[in-house]
Parts: sequence; C-alpha cells; structure tokens
Amino acid sequence: MNAILTIAGKEITDGIRNRWVLGATLLLAGLAFALTFLGSAPTGALDVKPLAVVVVSLSSLTIFLMPLIALLISYDAIVGEVERGCMLLLLTYPITKRQILIGKFIGHTAILAVATVIGYGGAGAAVAFTGGGDAESWRAFATLLLSSILLGSAFIALAYWVSASVRERSTAAGISIGLWLGFVVIYDLFLMGLLIAAKGLIGDRVFSYLLLANPADVYRLLNLTAFENVRKFSGMAGLSEQAHFAPAVLLVALLVWIAVPLALAGLRFNRSES
Amino acid sequence: MNAIGIISNGTAERMMPETDLAAIAALGLVKQYGRHRAVNEVDFTLGAGKTLALIGHNGAGKTTLMKLILGLIRPSAGSLNVLGVEPAAAPLEHRRRIGFLPENVAFHDELTGAQTLKFYARLKGAPLAQCDALLERVGLDFAAGRRVKTYSKGMRQRLGLAQALLGEPRLLLLDEPTTGLDPASRTEFFRIVRELSERGATVIISSHILTELEAKTDLVAIMNSGHLAAFGPLETLRRNADLPVRITIATPHGAFGILEGLSELGASARVAADGQSAEILCRPEEKMAVLARLAALDGRVADLEISRPGLDDVYRHFSPLPAGDE
Repeated sequence: MNAILTIAGKEITDGIRNRWVLGATLLLAGLAFALTFLGSAPTGALDVKPLAVVVVSLSSLTIFLMPLIALLISYDAIVGEVERGCMLLLLTYPITKRQILIGKFIGHTAILAVATVIGYGGAGAAVAFTGGGDAESWRAFATLLLSSILLGSAFIALAYWVSASVRERSTAAGISIGLWLGFVVIYDLFLMGLLIAAKGLIGDRVFSYLLLANPADVYRLLNLTAFENVRKFSGMAGLSEQAHFAPAVLLVALLVWIAVPLALAGLRFNRSES
Repeated sequence: MNAIGIISNGTAERMMPETDLAAIAALGLVKQYGRHRAVNEVDFTLGAGKTLALIGHNGAGKTTLMKLILGLIRPSAGSLNVLGVEPAAAPLEHRRRIGFLPENVAFHDELTGAQTLKFYARLKGAPLAQCDALLERVGLDFAAGRRVKTYSKGMRQRLGLAQALLGEPRLLLLDEPTTGLDPASRTEFFRIVRELSERGATVIISSHILTELEAKTDLVAIMNSGHLAAFGPLETLRRNADLPVRITIATPHGAFGILEGLSELGASARVAADGQSAEILCRPEEKMAVLARLAALDGRVADLEISRPGLDDVYRHFSPLPAGDE
C-alpha cells in the first residue's frame, strides 16, 4: 500500500509541477463559469441559470473535454517511462507492476478529481450563492461531479491499456486520439446510421445495450436522463423512455468501463519484459 | 587475490557454484530473444565483497546479464543465484538489498533532485534522513532544490549513483556509470564505490572505457557475443592471454646493429623509420634477459620505457572485433 501511495503521490506532484492540475482546473472552471453565467446571454440577460440547466450544459461539455484531458495526462504513463528509461530503474525497486499501475491510476484520477471538484464545484457554489437549485437538482449536480470523475477514470484506464500495449509514445498518442474520436464523436454517428439503415430492425433493448458499450454514452444517459428535472431541459425525455436504466446500473456500467481496461492494461504490462 | 573465479566458456568442466560464499553464481545461463542468444551459456561465481569489471562491446550481452541478475528478465535456460535467491522468483524484499544504476539513467524531469531521491527512498523503505547525506556524498547538495530537467548529464549520473546507494545495498550493479562524468567526479565516484566495497558490498561495474577500471576492480569479466570470454583477476587474464611486454627504446646514435641477437631470446623488434627509436616485443618471462642485453649495450640506448599489457590489450585479445564491425 505504501508503495502504491508513493507512486500516486509522485504522479500528483508531477501533475502539480508540470501544471496539468492547474491547467485542467482553470479550463474546467472557466468553461463552467461561462456556461453558468453567460449561457443566457443570447436572450439579453446575464444571470445565473437554474441548476438543472447548468447540469445539462456541463455534462454536454464534459463528454468532449474530460476524455480528452484524461487521455492526454495518461497516454504515456507506461510507454513514456519505458521509452525514457525510468521504468527500468523503477522495476528494480521492491514494487510490483500491479502496484505501479494502481498507484499511477490513483494519482491521475486524483488530478482529474481535483480539477473537476474545484472547476465545476466553483460554478455550483456560484449557483448556491445566488440561491438557486432544489434538492433534486443538487443530487443531479453531485452525480455530475462523481460521474465526470468516473468518465475520466475510464479513459485513463483505456489510455493505460494502450500505453502498455505499444512500443512507442507516438503510437500511444495516435491511438488515444483515435479512441477519443471513436468514443466521443464517431460512435454516436455510427449508431444513428445503424438505426436508419436497419429501419426498425434494431429493437429498443438492443439499442440501449449498444449505448452501454460506450462510456461516453453511459455518462450521457446517467446525467441527462436519471433526474426528472434535468430530463426536461436535456431533450432526452424520448430517449430515456427507450433506454431506461436505473442510475445505479449506469454507475456500475461506468465502473466496469474502468475495471476492465485497467485489468487489460495490467495483463499487458505484466507480460512485457523490460 | 583470493578471488573465487572460474574461467570457462561454458562447454568445458562445469564446477558447481559455491553458493555459500558467492554473491552471484551463474551456471549455464542463457537468455534467448527469438533466434538471438543475448547471453549464451555463461558460468561464473562472484564472491561476496568482490568488485567485478564487466566489459565487452556494445551488444556483447552486458546489460542483458545485468537484467538477469536484477531479476528483470527470466533466464531461458541455466540457473542463477543472487544473494542466495533466484532473482526472477525472489520476493520483493530481496530488491532492497540491491542497488542499480542503469545506463543513461533517466528521472522525472519535473521533480527536484531531493524529491526524486526521497521518492526512491520511500519505495525502497530506506530512511528519508539518508537522502540529504547521500546528495552531499555525491556532490549534489547545491542543486537539491532544482528540477532534474535543469541537471547536466554528469549531475543526473550522480543522482543515479545516490539512488543506487539508498539503503546500503549488498549488491551494487552499475551499468556504464562514468559516462558524462568529468575526471574529478570519476575519481570521486570510484572512491565511493571502493568505500562501499570495503564495507562488504559486492559491486559489478560495466564499461567500455577499460583503462579506468584497471586497478579498481578485483575481477574482470569479458563478454563477447553473449559468451563469457574470460573471467578472473586481471593478473590471471594477463598471464593466460600471454601478451608480450612492450619495450620502447631511444637510440640517438641509431638503432642499427644493436638489436641483433634479440630474436634468440624470443623477442621481436621494429626500428622506427628515422632509426632514433625502436620497439621490442617480448614474452614477460624474457623481459629481464632482454633488459640485461640492452643494458650491456653501453650507452647506445639513451632511454627505455616498459609497458605491460593493459586491460585494453587483454580485452582485445579475448574479444576481437567481429569481422565487418568498425
């Protein structure tokens, strides 16, 4: 455990010193404040919007941004250290490859968690300060924070899997960009195309399971359909009837999206000889 | 020299390693990558507290042998015993007893020297209080608070040595440790290694700068395309190589005529083009006879210099460059 925390601590120190923590926090905070305060600017007003609307805007933003930040901070976690030669030395210390992987995962997740909690939490605090938000909206907001971190963790785990499977940093970077495009942009287009091409042959049930096959869609379902008042603003009311999973199921799906890639990363890492 | 050294190419008589006394015992050790044997039938026993120079061309198998000793890779065949255990299957605790400085050591650029060393101390379970003393020991105390990315090659190397010394290791493996060090740091480096060795640690230093290792190690191992071409004290290797002693003489009045008769002693001579000097090669046991002959020449030899075969010559003898190499 000590060794795991040492690795995690090093990743966090690294993240602070190379300004990833600061950068990600400022980015998330800036966008969150912009969405919260300026979202209604086109209507001629600069006021704080209802918390439920903030949750909708933030989750749409997170789907694009969080996977990208997660992949960027972690794609070279293994291959980068192998390439630079740090890994060779590290492996001669009393620490297992599994401990290294878990330690890094905790460290990188902590960086994302700090950025999310401070960045989005600030926007939430602003809403609270101006007296907005009922209890259900706050639950939705808390779910947003937690699931955003989990979404990030899933992509960290995916990046580790890539990082443990390739021989060069540049390959890992390329595949990571591919993963981002695939999960965040292309998958939904593909699903839409499939629905149209299949002309109703794909039942609701199959379709909803297809949504579970993408962590970004799981996140979307969780945040946009789980709470009644959010559903109203998200335009997902129709979808939520077709693909209705309980929030707990969606959370478990996200956890599976973390555990499986992480386990695969561990297997690849373990099999590699230095 | 009371080294426990067995010279062997792996085919001839294999002696059982004396594991009780030995820090490292390898028997028929093989590491195969595809069809390439990086380490091929290597046998040796290294006594505890000895310092070994591991030399060989690039790609001779030095680093692979070190990785085997470290337990980073598993042998394809043969057995290996390091400090009483099989390294690839040893418990994690075993690694606390080993210090390693990899070739071209790399650290995390964003951390400071002190943070880096503390990170490794925590992993190794070494007291954090040791860090400041070690940084001072390797002459980095002045830069402890600076990020590693601002360090020069030599400073990184010294930080690498400091991390290898954490926790007073019983076995120290140094892969090309003096690259990037200036001459003063090199001297200091070998002083630290000697101190450690005096306290009973076994040290393995790999290098291709051979001459600097001469007189600093008890034993020499020469690797050539995965084989252990020679292993033993330098004196023994020198004797086995049977290399000639080189005597250079200055002959201001011309070398003509003075070198006749040397061939009876089994020596060969070559006179420089201007006749002002000559070079005589003779077997070590003929050296005194040749010198007596030269001394009897009554002043025609103005000066004389004897050079014994050094590590370089011994190395070239046991490890000729493969054809087609530079």
